[in-house]
Amino acid sequence: MNEALPLPRTPSHPSPTFFLLFLFTFIPMHTHSLSRSFIGRLGSASLASLLLLGGLTGCGSQKQAGDSTTGSTPTAAAPAGGSNLDVNLKEQFFPLQSYRVGPYAAGGTGFFGGFIDYLNLINIRDGGVNGVKLTWDEGETQYEVEKGIEVYERLKDRPNIAAWNPLSVGIAYAMIDKVTQRRTPLITINHGRTDSTDGRVFPYVFPLLLNPYSETSGIINYLGTREGGQDKLKGKSIVVLYHGSPYGKETIPIYELLAKKYGFKVQQIEVPHPGNEQQAQWLTIKRINPDYVVLRGWGVMNPVALRTAQKVGFKADRIIGNVWSNSEEDVRPAGEAAKGYIAITTQASGKQYPVLQEIIKTVYDKGKGNLADKNRIGSVYHNLGIVNGILNVEAVRIAQEKFGKRPLSGDEVRWGFEHLQLDPARVEKLGAKDLFHSINVTWKNHEGDGRVTFQQWDGNKWNVISKWIAPDWALLRPIIEASAKKFAQENNIQLRTEADVDKVVK
Amino acid sequence: MTSLSTVRQQVLAGIDSHLVRRLAGPLLILLAAYGIVPLVADQYVIESLLLPFLSLSLAAVGLNLLTGSAGQLSLGTAAFMAVGAYGAYNVVLRLPWVPMLLAFVLGGIAAAAIGIVFGLPSLRLRGFYLAVSTLAAQFFVQWVFTKFSWFSNDNTSGVITAPQLRAFGLVFSEPTARYLFCLTVVMLLGLAAERLLATTTGKHFIAIRDNELAARIIGVPVLKTKITAFALSSFIIGVAGALWAFAYIRTVEPHGFNLDRSFQILFIIIIGGLGSIRGSFLGAAFIVVLPLVLSRLGSAIFGGIFDSGVVEMCQRMIIGVLIILFLILEPDGLAAVGRRLGPTLRRLLWRQ
Repeated sequence: MNEALPLPRTPSHPSPTFFLLFLFTFIPMHTHSLSRSFIGRLGSASLASLLLLGGLTGCGSQKQAGDSTTGSTPTAAAPAGGSNLDVNLKEQFFPLQSYRVGPYAAGGTGFFGGFIDYLNLINIRDGGVNGVKLTWDEGETQYEVEKGIEVYERLKDRPNIAAWNPLSVGIAYAMIDKVTQRRTPLITINHGRTDSTDGRVFPYVFPLLLNPYSETSGIINYLGTREGGQDKLKGKSIVVLYHGSPYGKETIPIYELLAKKYGFKVQQIEVPHPGNEQQAQWLTIKRINPDYVVLRGWGVMNPVALRTAQKVGFKADRIIGNVWSNSEEDVRPAGEAAKGYIAITTQASGKQYPVLQEIIKTVYDKGKGNLADKNRIGSVYHNLGIVNGILNVEAVRIAQEKFGKRPLSGDEVRWGFEHLQLDPARVEKLGAKDLFHSINVTWKNHEGDGRVTFQQWDGNKWNVISKWIAPDWALLRPIIEASAKKFAQENNIQLRTEADVDKVVK
Repeated sequence: MTSLSTVRQQVLAGIDSHLVRRLAGPLLILLAAYGIVPLVADQYVIESLLLPFLSLSLAAVGLNLLTGSAGQLSLGTAAFMAVGAYGAYNVVLRLPWVPMLLAFVLGGIAAAAIGIVFGLPSLRLRGFYLAVSTLAAQFFVQWVFTKFSWFSNDNTSGVITAPQLRAFGLVFSEPTARYLFCLTVVMLLGLAAERLLATTTGKHFIAIRDNELAARIIGVPVLKTKITAFALSSFIIGVAGALWAFAYIRTVEPHGFNLDRSFQILFIIIIGGLGSIRGSFLGAAFIVVLPLVLSRLGSAIFGGIFDSGVVEMCQRMIIGVLIILFLILEPDGLAAVGRRLGPTLRRLLWRQ
């Protein structure tokens, strides 16, 4: 792949014949008496679009080399003029299934904005990763599975794909088969299929930093330290308020397990989707009067929970939010009611970290930042995107050390992710000290032992209030392995061994 | 409809050529669908255009029987799809000896059963009131599949990976193979629906739609016919749901069958043409293909200037405007356009 890079293919747009068909459907209308009607006009409209498309395919082949990003990153683009025929083109491509429209747009714009900002930083400041430029192209998914698949199918034939980062459980699930066949990594940072942590069964899927089980254990460990020791959890009472969806229900058995282990009482209460009415649930909570409420929310359910809690008189600093209840967008709408609310996170928010300062200086001050609203720099989702960028880029860098400083194949990047070990010293060198703790991915453990920390909302911003806390991975691993094994049996998957890790397809 | 001159021509041309003419179109389309498309279409076209098009077309055919022909408005389409998909999945999972095609049929039958249950209110309710009661199906079914994890085999995150498609000892895993599988199922069920409309039951559907009281008076068994309509329609929709899950998306989750999907299919039959099988296909093509074409065109032209979100928003607005214009200017849907086009096309083809 090094010496003979595949030439950028012709656009995978629906072929012009498609438009021709579309057009011919309407042309005969002109011979009909209706020709001056709307349909006639539609015909002319499609004729116009066909002409436009003709012009586009002319200049389109130049656009194709993986850089609709040219607009935002001049450096990411190849040298001008027919350059995409240059076999020395050194680019590593990130297909982005982003969502900037629809109910989850706040998360999508922040996350993909942060991701793109970091890729931009690497391109502008370092000239790419060891001279290999990072390129990307976005496709809108609106968080919908079929749109995500459409984007996957559209972008999957681009050369040198590093990894997929859909930030959607549904889309990720639908891609597991496909990426495994094509040997490209699929990154589901902080979410995803829990048992894909087991790299023996899922070689190409990486729920980096935190899977839902670890999150649960992290929250309980935090409550333990807050009480002054895990043994102090005995006899406490905790209510879990969860979103009425598969996502919300996923951790029910884990809370039960931990309750048994530490001897606290747990009651789990469901809030039906979307969760904009929670009076009954909070009255129940008031009656139980637990020591803590864990909020496992999603979208509008979060601010409503905080407001309703205030209404029934439950203090916000006894509510702990999970990883999808931890953003500014979750607390701002609740106003005063959110003051004091605590949430888990894998990456601290704020822009005081060196890497963010560099992004502001190198990217935003030159007008190349991706966030439309500069006030969102350093927000929870933006920082998650930046951390995701760091992890992706470092995986590429680690793989380059092994395979050579050139654009890599997906399988080579997979090897990089399976050796993605960033200790706190390395994280500090990357300018991300205190932004996130460390990661230690191995071929068996695709999560990488991410630490969590806790932040409290003061009405304006999040403040970190805890040390980095380690979830109880040893306790969870057998459950994950059992689930992965079941999947392997159902789908006739041979468990990987260590020898398979170095079998890399170029 | 057909102008005088075409009628004269048909008479003059005689029976044989009349038949040839009538069958020529469908045969040509079938030939293209089976012979040419698999050779020409690349994976992208199959996976992102043809597979969703086929499964949504079939769902629309099903809904069209109920809403278009029998006049019973339903907002529970996605729920019946979900029952079909989950039904087929559970049959495959729990009764491994059942061939997959039969599992699809059983999934369809499960959907038909649920359809009958939620169709019962149609004996009393009409129009919008009935729509609201079918809406209950939508919420109820989604809730059941979320609440009881037995249906998803106690899968931790509630998303099921669908097993591979198998039938007649063959494995349909390649996109082209899945496309052909889908096409065959859709064609057979579409044909069945078409024939159904020609039977007495089909006539009864239309009688009830046009005037329920009059139909009752001339002796149409209203109760039986309505229930039949719900059952048959839900059966077809259920099979469409199984296709959607097994052949297209390859995963099953309750979220994928939400109210939006029900509306999408309702829009398909409204735009395509109520009560027309052909309209279901045209409408599905419109709803599935046009947004993609627009957004691809938009991102190709403006991709460098605006981000994908802006382009997507514009595309939504254009689609919305087109739908409204369609409803105003062509209330009978794309099928009516097609009907008017038919003679013109035939003239062009056969005269020269």
